[in-house]
Amino acid sequence: MTTTTLAGINVELNDEGFLVDPSQWTDAMAAELARKEGIESLTERQWQVINFMRTQYLAKGTGPSVRVLGKTSGVSIKELYQLFPKGPAKTAAKIAGIPKPKGCI
Amino acid sequence: MSDPIEKVSIIISKGSLEGVYPGLIMANGARAEGIEANLFFTFFGLDAILKKRQGHIKVATVGNPGLHMASVVGALPGMSALATHMMEQKMDKLDIPSIPEFVEMISDTGCGMYACQASVDLFGLKKDDFVEQVEEIITVGDFYAKAAGGEIIFT
Repeated sequence: MTTTTLAGINVELNDEGFLVDPSQWTDAMAAELARKEGIESLTERQWQVINFMRTQYLAKGTGPSVRVLGKTSGVSIKELYQLFPKGPAKTAAKIAGIPKPKGCI
Repeated sequence: MSDPIEKVSIIISKGSLEGVYPGLIMANGARAEGIEANLFFTFFGLDAILKKRQGHIKVATVGNPGLHMASVVGALPGMSALATHMMEQKMDKLDIPSIPEFVEMISDTGCGMYACQASVDLFGLKKDDFVEQVEEIITVGDFYAKAAGGEIIFT
């Protein structure tokens, strides 16, 4: 666990870099979290996935896996991996300030 | 913390349902974690990428102690189909994709898919017998070259 400042707010990140308290997240924080993942500026398509992840998390208590994202977010699996080469569900969840999605598939 | 795994090459050598899924799940899971992945199909594992066979992969009901069923029962006609049907129903409930859908999905994640040259020769197969996701038929030497710098997992 580390404490850091994102977009002017003191937050805690877990060992993998996920925000410990998702309610602290702001839009401005996303840009800084994205830079940590090597994404200089977020595109509209990337935002679409990030917002979808966050909406799903708030509704269901967990973010969707890559398979579910591919079926329900309106972005294909191929494009998801182009948008987030280091793992779409994992990276988008991190930027969206929600916990890492669970599940094996 | 130890160094993270950055690349895996997974070999699928068995043609039963329980022989194919673990390798597919590991490859898909690797890509989801941002790990580079290759899948290499050899011997009966080729069934998972053969157009004619990939939709008909069955649970092994003979010589499979994990099923807790006497082999003589498992050898009865229709037992393998029944066990497969039951397993597929459970998988469907858990939203685990069928083998054809899973292979397509894993290919879309950017995982490389290859067939083993020796097995292709042994079974008298051609590139055209395989699903389109198979990039190449390669030798064991090519496999080691592609696997360089990563972990190798045999299933």
